[in-house]
Amino acid sequence: MPETNVSAAPPSMPPISWRRRVTDRVMTAAAVGTVVLVLAPLVAIFGYLLYKGVQSLNWDFLTSIPKPEGEAGGGMANGIVGSMMILAVASLIGVPLGIGAGVYLAEYGRNRLGDAVRFTADVLNGVPSIVIGIVAFSIVVLAQGHFSGLAGGVALAIMMVPTISRTTEEMLLLVPQALREAAYGLGIPRWRTTLSITLRTATSGVLTGVMLAFARVAGETAPLLFTALGNEFWSGRLPWDSHGHRQPWTLGLNQPTAALPLQIFKYATSPYDDLHRQAWAGALVLIVLIVTAVAAVRFAVRRSTFGAS
Amino acid sequence: MANLGLPRPDMPGPQPVAPTKVTSVSARESPLLHASSGEVSDRVFHSAMTACGLAVLGILVLIVYQLMHRSSLSWHAFGFKFFAGSDWNPVSQQFGALPFIYGTLVSSLVALILAVPLAVGVAVFTTEMCPKALRGPLSFFVELLAAIPSVIYGVWAIFVLVPLLSGYVQPVLADTLGWTGLFDGPKYGVGMLAAGIILAIMIIPIISSITREVLMVVPQNQREGVLALGATRWEMIRIGVLRNARAGIVGGIILGLGRALGETMAVTMVIGNNPQIVKSLFAPGYTMASVLANEFSEATGDLYLSSLIEIGLALFFVTIIVNALAQLLVWTVTRGQPARGNA
Repeated sequence: MPETNVSAAPPSMPPISWRRRVTDRVMTAAAVGTVVLVLAPLVAIFGYLLYKGVQSLNWDFLTSIPKPEGEAGGGMANGIVGSMMILAVASLIGVPLGIGAGVYLAEYGRNRLGDAVRFTADVLNGVPSIVIGIVAFSIVVLAQGHFSGLAGGVALAIMMVPTISRTTEEMLLLVPQALREAAYGLGIPRWRTTLSITLRTATSGVLTGVMLAFARVAGETAPLLFTALGNEFWSGRLPWDSHGHRQPWTLGLNQPTAALPLQIFKYATSPYDDLHRQAWAGALVLIVLIVTAVAAVRFAVRRSTFGAS
Repeated sequence: MANLGLPRPDMPGPQPVAPTKVTSVSARESPLLHASSGEVSDRVFHSAMTACGLAVLGILVLIVYQLMHRSSLSWHAFGFKFFAGSDWNPVSQQFGALPFIYGTLVSSLVALILAVPLAVGVAVFTTEMCPKALRGPLSFFVELLAAIPSVIYGVWAIFVLVPLLSGYVQPVLADTLGWTGLFDGPKYGVGMLAAGIILAIMIIPIISSITREVLMVVPQNQREGVLALGATRWEMIRIGVLRNARAGIVGGIILGLGRALGETMAVTMVIGNNPQIVKSLFAPGYTMASVLANEFSEATGDLYLSSLIEIGLALFFVTIIVNALAQLLVWTVTRGQPARGNA
């Protein structure tokens, strides 16, 4: 610990030998060295991301869809929208399920079954994302007969559930038992207490857990490779065509859907310089989107809890 | 409160018969007590939440069932030979997973060798050496590494790390350590070494944060005791802290191993994707996760797909076992007992 002082040894002790003193210094230096070595890639990654990303980012990149192979220009607008759609599906399925499981663990899970669920959630947390992709492939893609954004959403939802449920449980257990007892004492039924008192008190913690899960799956590529598959074009259709005529619209969740991480992967491994440039820009956009989403929710939560108290 | 007086329409003024009256009053009290407790909605809520909890179990069952069911074709065709064969040929319908298993193990091992000293060093520095004010920001920055998506690591590795390796690091390694046979052959940059390095960067945060957690629960009097015996700070860390936290640190390392085994995108982008078993770390390899990433969506034929899913199944079981082992080790240190929730 920093506050302990090596030189404060009582005078009756034999002096610390030269060799031990040097070892101490060397190991301290080594520890500082490891910190520098670990932070170096962090700085390098963010530095390159900003440098290369900002260089290659332009309006076209954010608003147009990919050009045919080998042609310069184009962008990832469909990937950005596709990613948002897939993430929306994932959140719609994963967040309620995860919070529900967390409520179960915290409020009703002090038993064998609860332990089993807890252990399973921890195990699921460690399952490689690509394996989750296989499962979503077999239950959605094979059932539908084609790749779809929906399947990608299901894969990401499966990944969100264990993280959300465990953090929700942890946060609910932090709520003092006295609050629950006070609510019961007023004659409020248990479900109402859980929803309006316990969950409400723990809102900011629960949402932080949700955002962590969201940020984790937002950059996931592996489970989308053979579920959402990717798409060079828009998968949905607007209610108006380019001439302003009405047309039947669709979200296109049943279609193969472009996703930002998929396009980054594809472009980075392609042989064209222009696509490499776009991969950097995509990576920057992806990081910015994730950070903005997390920061926005944090900000909103902080304000609302201050407002409530 | 208002309905206290409600259900008594036929209350007579004087009390004619005592015993029956008493029972009827007590029978009326119970609905009054439960009137606002919403027994039905409580039960519905309980079942709904339990269903969510069961869904977590259901997901695991679903994963196991789907993987086993869909890989049965390849299992029946090859049996255990699947994991011993090194021939991967979709054209002749021969599938052996050994090169992928080898690639996964070797790249993860390289990652561990590089990551463990660094991660433990960072954890020791943050808990034992650095000024208190620096502790928070430092752990924040290290954990920021964990928030970067895998595909972004991959982009960085392709365009920055690989040229760096082929241009500067690999020539030096070949000159100094080439005699070991681990560092020779053509210096492409891409290959096992690049995969190991990028994996190391990716698993440092998890090993380091768990090690930090474990070091923090080492009782303060352990440190004070060793210091009182005249130890230097490093001796205090070695004897009083690291030795006590051994099991937990090993747990963190194994958890990192679990991550490395299943990591897909960054590895796929730099390992070279060539199913071969070669001693040199400069040579391209292939991992279980990256063969899935590259070939799954284009797999034609049932046996091909089934073989790929069997690789997924193997990967699943290995990571489950590794993770369970790690959890157990971490719990022994942080909770003093192996299984959680016994209380």
